[in-house]
Amino acid sequence: MTTASTTGTAAIATRPRLTERARSERRLGWMLSAPAVIVMLVVTAYPIVYAIWLSLQRYDLRFPDDRKLVGLRNYGAVLGNEVFWQDLTSTLVITVISVVVELVLGFALAWIMYKAIFGRAIVRASLLVPYGIITVVAAFSWRFAFDPTTGFVNGLLNTDRSWFSASWTSYLVIIATEVWKTTPFMALLLLAGFTLVPDDVVKAARVDGASAWQRLTKIIIPLMKPAILVALLFRTLDAFRIFDSVYVMTRGAQNTETLSILGYNTLITRLNLGLGSAVSVIMFLLVILIAALFVKGFGADLAQQRGER
Amino acid sequence: MRRRGRRETSELRRLAPLLVVLTLIAAACGSGGGEGGVPTLHWYSYDEPGGSYVDAAKACTAAAHGRYRIDLVTLPNDADQQREQLVRRLAAKDSDIDLISQDVIWTAEFAQAGWILPFPKAEATKVTKGRLKPSVQTATYEHRLFAAPFTSNTQLLWYRKSLVPHPPTTWGQALRDTQRLDQQGKPHQFQVQGQRYEGLVVWFISLLESAGTTVLDKTGTKVVLATKPTERALSVMRDLSRSSAAPAALSTAREDDGRLAWESGSSAFMVNYTFVWPSANTNAPDIAQDMGWARYPGIAGGGPSKVTIGGFNLGVGAFGHHTDLAFQAAACLTSEKNQIDAAIKGGLLPTTEALYDDPKLTDATQDVTDPSGKTKKVKSFPYADVLKATLADAVLRPQTPFYNDVSLAISRTLHPTNHIDPQADVQRLRDAIKRALKGEGLL
Repeated sequence: MTTASTTGTAAIATRPRLTERARSERRLGWMLSAPAVIVMLVVTAYPIVYAIWLSLQRYDLRFPDDRKLVGLRNYGAVLGNEVFWQDLTSTLVITVISVVVELVLGFALAWIMYKAIFGRAIVRASLLVPYGIITVVAAFSWRFAFDPTTGFVNGLLNTDRSWFSASWTSYLVIIATEVWKTTPFMALLLLAGFTLVPDDVVKAARVDGASAWQRLTKIIIPLMKPAILVALLFRTLDAFRIFDSVYVMTRGAQNTETLSILGYNTLITRLNLGLGSAVSVIMFLLVILIAALFVKGFGADLAQQRGER
Repeated sequence: MRRRGRRETSELRRLAPLLVVLTLIAAACGSGGGEGGVPTLHWYSYDEPGGSYVDAAKACTAAAHGRYRIDLVTLPNDADQQREQLVRRLAAKDSDIDLISQDVIWTAEFAQAGWILPFPKAEATKVTKGRLKPSVQTATYEHRLFAAPFTSNTQLLWYRKSLVPHPPTTWGQALRDTQRLDQQGKPHQFQVQGQRYEGLVVWFISLLESAGTTVLDKTGTKVVLATKPTERALSVMRDLSRSSAAPAALSTAREDDGRLAWESGSSAFMVNYTFVWPSANTNAPDIAQDMGWARYPGIAGGGPSKVTIGGFNLGVGAFGHHTDLAFQAAACLTSEKNQIDAAIKGGLLPTTEALYDDPKLTDATQDVTDPSGKTKKVKSFPYADVLKATLADAVLRPQTPFYNDVSLAISRTLHPTNHIDPQADVQRLRDAIKRALKGEGLL
C-alpha cells in the first residue's frame, strides 16, 4: 500500500512519469487510432511525398531509360512557361467570379431556408438537388443545353450563338454551371451561420431603432463571420481545383484551360511524370497558400472578438 | 436474442457453399485459362459500329482451329481517349493486351517505348504484300515493321455540282469560287476542321506538304519548315478563316460539325473523310445527289496536293503471353476479306491497293430512302478511283515518339486560325516544335 501511494505522489510531482493506468490508456488510444493513422499515411502522405520526389526527376514514361534527378529544373520549366501563367489566370478568374456569385446567391438562399415557415423540409431539400448531381453529369447537361443544334437555350434566347467558340461565352457557361451546382453547398454552410445569430440580439437592435439594412450589416453579418469564412474557404479551394466542367465543355480551348487540366494533360496525355508532378506540387502549394490566408483571416477575427468584446 | 443469433449462424451456413463456388470462379478467372486451355488473345480496339471487327474476330478464331481465340476488348470511339487508356496500361506493362488497333500516328511512340513488338520477317512480308506504300510507312519505325496495315483513309474535296461546275484544284481557286457564290447570294461556305485538336494539324500538314516542305526531316529529329512554303500554307489557312466562306463556328469545328453543316445545305465546299457520303445519302438525299468529289486542293504552283493519310494498323503488345500467336492473328485480322468487310460494314477503307479496283468494293451499294419514302440503291464507294490516286502519294504526319507533343504544339500555335500571322508564326511554330521534340516545357 505505502509503495503504491509514494509512486502515486511521485507521478503527480514529476509530470512526464505516468501512472500505469494512464500509460495503458494512452497505449490503447494509440492502438485504436493506429489503423486510421496508417490509412492516412498510405493514401495521402505517401502520394504527396512520391509526387514531390517525381517532380525532382526527368521522368517520361515513354522514355524510361532517360530517368534522372534534375533538381528544381521542372519547376523552372513550369514557372517559366506562358501556358502556366495563362492557366493560373483563367483558374483564378473562374474561382473568384464563381465564389463571389455563389456567396451572394447562397446568402439569399440560406435566408429563404432560414425564414421558410411552411414546407421547410421541402424547401431545404429542393434547394439541395443540384448539389446532389454528379459534376460530370451536370456539366454534360449544361453543355447539351447550350449546344447550338441540340440545345434549348438558343431557342429560348432566340439567337444562334455558338457558346463554346468564344472565350467570354465559354467562361460564362462554365461559371454558370459551377454556380448552379455549388450554390446549395454555400447556402447550407451559411444556414448554419444564421443559427449562430441569437434572436434576442436582433430583436434588441430592432427595439433600439436599427433599420433592416443596419441589422444585417452591423449585427447579423459580423456574428456570422466565422461561418462565412468557412464557406468561402471550402468553396475557394474547391473552385480552384475545377476540372470536370471545363474538361467536358471546352477541353481547355478558348483560353479556359485550368491548372487541373494542365496537370492532367502533362501527366496522363503526355506521360511526363516529372513535369506533371511539378504542376501538381505547385497547385498543392497554392492551395495551402489560399488556406493559410483564410485561416489567418479567422485567427485575427477570433483574437479581436476575445480582446475587445 | 438467442433466437436471432441462431438464425444468423444458420444463414451463414447456408451461404457457405455459395461463397466457396464464388471463390472457385474467381480463381478460375484469375488463372486466365479460357475455354479448355485455348489461349485467348485480347484485341484492344474501338468497336466498329457496323460489327465488322466482331465478325473478323469470330472468323479468325474459327480459322485458327483451336490454336487461339480472339476477344475484342472495346475502347472509346475517340482516338485521343483510346490512346490515353492504352498508354496507361502499356506503361504498366499490362500482359492482357495482345493486339492493339493503333492510330497511324502512334507507331513511333509505342515502338520507341518498347510497348509493341516488331513483326518477324515472315509475318512482315505477309502483311505488307500489295499494301499501299504510305500505309506501310505509317506502320514502320526505324526500318522495322511494328504493325500490320489494316484500314486507311484520307480527305477528299466535296463540292456541290450545281454550284461549282469545275472542281478547283487549288485553295486559291476554291476561295475565288466562294466569293463569286457569295456575290450571287448562293450557298458559299467552306467546311474545314478549325477546332484546336488533331484535325487542325491534319489540315495544316496537308497544306504544308502540298506547298513543298515538311515539319521534320527524314530522321524525325530536326525541324524543317522552310520559310516560303510554310508562309504560303499559313496564308491559305488565314485567308479562308477570314473570308465570308468561313463558318461561324470554325474555331470549334470538327469533322462531324462540318458534315452536319454540309447536310444543312449552307456550303459549297467541304474537305472531309469519306464517312460524309453514306451519311448525306441517309440524312439529306437531295444534297447527296448534288454532291461531287475531287482530289483535295493543292497550293498554286505546287503541283498535285499531298494529303495526310489516316487509318488504323494492328500492333502486337510487347507484354502479352502469346506474342507468336498474336502475329498470326494480326495477319488474319488484316486479310483482304476482312478489309473488304470493314469497308462495306463500317466504311473503313482498305490498305491493300488492288482492293480499290475490286468489284466487291466498287460495285457495293447501300439502300437509301429519300423523304418521299422511296428506296433506291446508291454506290457505296463511287469515289474509289480518286481516293486510290490520292492515297498512292499521300503523306505521313511526323514520325517521332514525340508526335503527341508535336501535334499539341502545332494546334496550340495555329488556333484560332483567323489570328494566324504567316510571317511571325513560322518562327513561333519552329520554336514550339523544337521544345516539343526535347520533351521539355508545357504545351
